This record gives sequence, C-alpha cells and structure tokens, in this order.
Amino acid sequence: MAEATASSKKVKFMITRQDGPDAAAYTEEFELPYRPGMNVISALMEIQRNPVNAKGEKIAPVCWESNCLEEVCGACSMVINGKPRQACAALIDKLEQPIRIQPMKTFPVVRDLVIDRSRMFTALKRVKAWIPIDGTYDLGPGPRMPEKKRQWAYELSKCMTCGVCLESCPNVNDKTDFIGPAAISQVRLFNSHPTGEMNKEERLEALMQDGGIEGCGNSQNCVRSCPKGIPLTTSIAEMNKQTTKHMFKQWLGV
Amino acid sequence: MKGYYARKLHSLLGVIPLALFFIEHALTNFGAFEGGPERFNAGVKLLNDLPLIFVLEWVLIYLPLIYHGVYGLYIAYQAKPNNGHFNYERNWRYLLQRITGVITFVYIIWHVFETRFQITLGNVTHEGLGSLMHDIVTQPVFFILYLIGVVSASFHFANGLWSFLVAWGITVGPRAQRVSSYVCMTLFVLVALMFILSLVAFRRAEFQEASVWIDTVKSVLS
Repeated sequence: MAEATASSKKVKFMITRQDGPDAAAYTEEFELPYRPGMNVISALMEIQRNPVNAKGEKIAPVCWESNCLEEVCGACSMVINGKPRQACAALIDKLEQPIRIQPMKTFPVVRDLVIDRSRMFTALKRVKAWIPIDGTYDLGPGPRMPEKKRQWAYELSKCMTCGVCLESCPNVNDKTDFIGPAAISQVRLFNSHPTGEMNKEERLEALMQDGGIEGCGNSQNCVRSCPKGIPLTTSIAEMNKQTTKHMFKQWLGV
Repeated sequence: MKGYYARKLHSLLGVIPLALFFIEHALTNFGAFEGGPERFNAGVKLLNDLPLIFVLEWVLIYLPLIYHGVYGLYIAYQAKPNNGHFNYERNWRYLLQRITGVITFVYIIWHVFETRFQITLGNVTHEGLGSLMHDIVTQPVFFILYLIGVVSASFHFANGLWSFLVAWGITVGPRAQRVSSYVCMTLFVLVALMFILSLVAFRRAEFQEASVWIDTVKSVLS
C-alpha cells in the first residue's frame, strides 16, 4: 500500500546537522519519496529507516526528539523554513521546498536537531512555577477559582515549555540572561490561582531579579510564534504592572 | 543596581524628564517657523530666564540624558535582531528603536557641542542661536544630518512612549497596545514634522545675521 502511493515525486530537505555539542555544524541534503499527508517527523523517520543523503552516501541517521506527535508536548520543536515550530505539526504539503530544517540554536545543541532546553526548566524553578500545598497538617480544600478566571488561566496553562518563544525572541541570546516569555507567563498563571496567589510575592520578586522581566524588549515575536496561541505579551505587560506595584509597595512598606 | 531597577529607571527617565523636554524643545523650535527670529528668541529667553537654570539643565536634561543614553547603548548591544525570519511590524519597531536610539545619542552629543557648548565657551550668545542654526542648516550636508537626527529622535521618543506604557503595565491587552500604537505613531509624525518645519524655517534669510559669531562658528565647524 505504502509502496503504491510512494510516487516518483520527491521531497527535498536541507538539514543542519552537528555531530556533537562542540562539533561544527554542516548542512546535508536529502531527497525522500513523497507520501500523501507526510510531515517533518515522518520524513525524519524515513531518513532513520534509510539513512542515505541526496548524493547517495550512507550516513549516520539524523537525530531528533519527539513524543506526542500531536503538538502538545513540545519535544520536537525545531526551526523549519526559518520559523521555530513543532515538526510533528509541520505538514510537507504546506511547506516550501527545499525544506530547511535547523535546530533551535538559542539552546545548546546536543546533536543534529536535538537541543537541551534545561534553561527553561531552570527558569520555571526560579519563578516557583508551582503551587505549594503541603502543611504540617491537613490544610483542607483551597479557595474556589471563579469560572471566568479559570477560562483565561486555562489558556496560559497550555504552555508546553517548547522553547519556540525563546527562539523567536531577539533578547534571548548569549549576551543576556533573560529568562524568556514562557516563565513570565507562568508567573501570571500561578499568581492567578486562588491558592497560588498566597505566594505571589515570591514569584514577582523572582521576576525582578537579574535576567527577569526587565529583559523584555517588546519585539512581540513570542506572541506571534507561540503554537498554543498563548497571550504572552499580555502576560508580560500584566507582570510589568504587578512587579511595578510590588516595587512601590516594597518601598512604601505597605 | 539590580537590572530590574536599572531598566525601570531607564524607562522612567526616557519619559520624565526627557520626553517632556523633547516636546518643549519641539515647541520652542516651532516658534522659529511660526514667528521667525523674534518668536524663537523669545522662547529661548523664556527658558534661560528660569531661576536655577544651571541646576535645571543638569538635573532635567544632562544627567538623565547621559544615564538613558549610556544604558540604552548597552540595551542596543544586547539585542540580536531577527527581522529576516520574523518580519513583523512590532519587531521592526524593536529594531528601529535601538537604531534610532544610537543615532539620536550620537546626534544629540554633536548637536549640544555645536550649540549649547559653544555658549559655554563664549563663542555664541543666546540671541545668536538663531543665526547659528541658520549657518548650520544652510549647508546641505548638515541639513540632511539634522533631518536624520530629528526624525530618529522623534521616532525614538514616540515609540519609546509606546513601550513605556507596556513596561509600566498601563497598556496591558492587545487592544490597548494597538490603540496606543496608533496614538504614538501619530505623535511621531506630528513631532517629526514640527522639527522638520523648524529646520526649514532656520534656512530662511531672516535668521541670517551678519555678525562676529558666524565667523567664530564657521571656524569651529571647519
């Protein structure tokens, strides 16, 4: 069946590869038989099955990461035709050829398209993106969350820490220590939660540390790139407001 | 100083006092277009007759300007523009804000040296500023440089106002930010126009004054 649909039509790829964290990057071309409905992940799987480049040389297969294959885990984020996005949701039919695939170089490259997004998890730890519920005794149920608030907070909770917003941000680079839009939006999420709100100052103060919210330069690429449509710039502006208020409260001792 | 406060101060000084002084400057200059040398000189005199003018100049102009400019250069240095792949209007404004910031800073240093600093040196008097400007902007190269300078400064001012509103949490949602974009970009056009018209006005013959300062200035410029 698959053989029957694999027509003579070819799909051309130009993949930026790197053999190790410190190795030099190089570009390798691939030509794969077209299959209806194929996406970048299925193309990479095809290369894995038959690791031969466009010149016909047998090569080490291209490394990449993926999990859910339905754009909710964020693992397969890479730069496809210049835009950072999830490879599993990048349909070949909708891409201009040759399809250029690069790792998200804002992060350290482990190998080929595999990157290390540890800094995002470090950022989440820094801003305490969780809700402390432990006590020395049963604290009982927390306050109720208004339904209206739950609805917009749910949008913020869709963040999958994929790293696309950091890749698109001109202020996340090796000259700054900006934590990036994702963690700032998470502060808004956890500070809007009725129980999380009880520790809101800790998170705001984390955003006021070096590399915190002041790193934003308002290019607003993040909100245009987010695959989940999270209102990141609204979150950033709201956190600007809350940190500013917090700053004055601190000074005035209220 | 922690980064947060350093950046907040940078943002605040950009509006208070720098943007306010910028508007004041636009108005004084526009006097040249509206009422010629008489009106312009009246404006200059009004400012210089303010009490404690020396303190006012330092506290409201020079010190904030130096801080805003030097810290701004650092912000510009930290940017890694990516407008090729992210060809969005806001991203272009992000890049332009940094470019015009650097241009404006260099331009202001040059402009202050040519005008205010010459007064300190005693080469020009306040009444001679009009003819000094006339001598500068009637030279095509300097006229073009001044045009670039005032347009850059006007953009940096108006777009800076837009990002100030975001940075202090005043315009939070996309609608508020869109509306403030329209307002600020209109402001850019208006203020730039005011400065351009004043520059054109300074080219008029009425600002020409045969006097000793012109020769002095010419010797400074050459």
